[in-house]
Amino acid sequence: MALAKITSVTGTAVVVPGDDIDTDRIIPARFMRCVTFDGLGQYAFYDVRFDPGTGKPLNHPLDRPEHKGASILISGNNFGCGSSREHAPQALQKFGIRAVVAGSFAEIFFGNCTTLGIPCVCVSDADRAKLAQAISANPALQVSVQLKTLRVEAGECSVPCTIKEGARQALGEGQWDAIGLLLDGAKAVSALEAKLPKISLVSLS
Amino acid sequence: MPQPRAGQGKNLFQKVWDTHTVRTLPNGQIQLFIGLHLIHEVTSPQAFGMLRDLGLKVPYPKRTFATVDHIVPTDTRAEPFKDELAQGMINALRTACRDFGIEFFDIHSGKQGIVHVIGPELGLTQPGLTIACGDSHTSTHGAFGAIAFGIGTSQVRDVLATQCMALDPLKVRRVEVNGKLGLGVYAKDVILHIIRKLGVNGGTGYAYEFAGTLFDRFSMEERMTVCNMSIEGGARVGYVNPDATTFAYLKDRPYAPTGQAWDAAVARWASFASDPDAAYDDVVKIDAAEILPTVTWGINPGQAIFVDESVPSVATASAEQKASIAEALEYMKLKPGAPIKGTKVDVCFIGSCTNSRMSDLREVAKYVQGRRVAAGVKALVVPGSEQVRDQAVKEGLDKIFSAAGFEWRDAGCSMCLAMNPDKLVGDQLCASSSNRNFKGRQGSPTGRTLLMSPLMVAAAALTGAVADCREVFEVEAVGA
Ligand code: SF4
Repeated sequence: MALAKITSVTGTAVVVPGDDIDTDRIIPARFMRCVTFDGLGQYAFYDVRFDPGTGKPLNHPLDRPEHKGASILISGNNFGCGSSREHAPQALQKFGIRAVVAGSFAEIFFGNCTTLGIPCVCVSDADRAKLAQAISANPALQVSVQLKTLRVEAGECSVPCTIKEGARQALGEGQWDAIGLLLDGAKAVSALEAKLPKISLVSLS
Repeated sequence: MPQPRAGQGKNLFQKVWDTHTVRTLPNGQIQLFIGLHLIHEVTSPQAFGMLRDLGLKVPYPKRTFATVDHIVPTDTRAEPFKDELAQGMINALRTACRDFGIEFFDIHSGKQGIVHVIGPELGLTQPGLTIACGDSHTSTHGAFGAIAFGIGTSQVRDVLATQCMALDPLKVRRVEVNGKLGLGVYAKDVILHIIRKLGVNGGTGYAYEFAGTLFDRFSMEERMTVCNMSIEGGARVGYVNPDATTFAYLKDRPYAPTGQAWDAAVARWASFASDPDAAYDDVVKIDAAEILPTVTWGINPGQAIFVDESVPSVATASAEQKASIAEALEYMKLKPGAPIKGTKVDVCFIGSCTNSRMSDLREVAKYVQGRRVAAGVKALVVPGSEQVRDQAVKEGLDKIFSAAGFEWRDAGCSMCLAMNPDKLVGDQLCASSSNRNFKGRQGSPTGRTLLMSPLMVAAAALTGAVADCREVFEVEAVGA
């Protein structure tokens, strides 16, 4: 099974302002005892979306009606710092996020996102401000992260972005996850498997 | 045994690696086939979710086996568990195994237990295999001459979906221990001593080959205890070359080959042992006679001393160790410079994948028979598997433990870590036969752990304080 070749992500966007947003903020530790990453989406940014005392919604950007269904997250510098938990990008992906635009990214978080097929692109502070303005003027605006031309487009507004070349290539070639490479070897695997002893109650026949 | 020379021969790691290499990937890593995959409820259910997301199947379901160990309560195992999350985790694994056709050794099957205890006792763990499990102590299985990797959730998914992992090869360090252990000194002391000498990060990038006359004489259970903690010394993999002891252990195990296939298997297994002229990236030699009963005093397994030594102090520490010693002393609330012997303990735990097998329980039972746990000490004996539990009951060990004041529990990880109801409370100090003394490891954020051999834990239980098992019990000729 080949993985999707990811050369662009298009959808509505939501801005979550702030620098140094860490993985604890993205997914609080207490939600890590889980049987599947599936349910994690609802806990993304949980402690800033809901009042820790009363549990009341705090009108966080992610919960505003005009941003319902947004698939592009725009944030500040050093996004995804802190613990290396795989649960953080999983929570964003399960929430519906398909690409992240930020000033910069923490390295492990960036790698984890790439492995999930989530492009993380860097855009300057000034250009992110322009994007934010365009989105606030029209929340329904289709935003597009273009990995071929390395631009983020939002209607009239088009700004340059950067991403590590290795990640850009891996995404574009559908090799963003080792599983793609491993799956490609399926034939060689079954040839080798046939030669090796089986493990069963009637072994090594 | 011939001295290893830096020759042309291959070591076991290279032979097993080569046998299981599928190909070199475009990114330069090796696609390595995994002969045996073991899974449990903590790190694997999420991997099945990822598989479902990607629409992938498990192509070789007969090479994966599941059990449940971390979250099972060990006092009562009636379902539903009090902890809903724990119940959810076991349910998720049951469903996944059913959906994907994977054999599951569930509680009450008679085969359930800590994944690193049941693999060997069922005969699943065999020489020359590549083994993977989403658990860092997978290195245990190396005792059989297998290359066994602890892996993360994404790699669990990779193995389920492809029976392979993308990996870079490791270097190999031969850790040779020669000679005999003194009375009251055990395999646990050997590995604590090796980690103390080589450091908790000393094994980074290496597989450890444990060898020498001591390992030649060691039983399989002793070899497992040592390999179990390879990871605590930073080595991803630890192994012992397969020999007659290995084959004798595997004979007649449920998943071991039989009849003619047995003879063929033994010949094949033996061929994986390191050649006498194998090359190594490094060789370390240790004299078994220098090893004494060992206790950790700090917050990593390398912070260990002999039982007759004193807790280190910052003042006398080397410059680069001052900070870590200060941090450990502050957390452990131990008096710098004071003898470790006599330190009062609150809880005594005999169990975990390091030391919960029959030989551990028999050894302790032999000495605690007819004696009593000190007043105010909570002491537990937790068998590593249902098979160990049943065998121990058959031999009457449960009665010996109960009569001595130990709680006799059901099979599981128990107080090795905090995912089931067995936990330390507050800053309780626990003498433990487990493998990790990290801050908060045993369930309380301020709980404190002293790692030691099972008989040393028993000595602490009976006296209420850290004690030398050789003095508490008139230790007879034990060890190798
Ligand atoms: S006994 Fe402890 S170390 Fe071993 S698998 Fe269980 S939790 Fe992990």
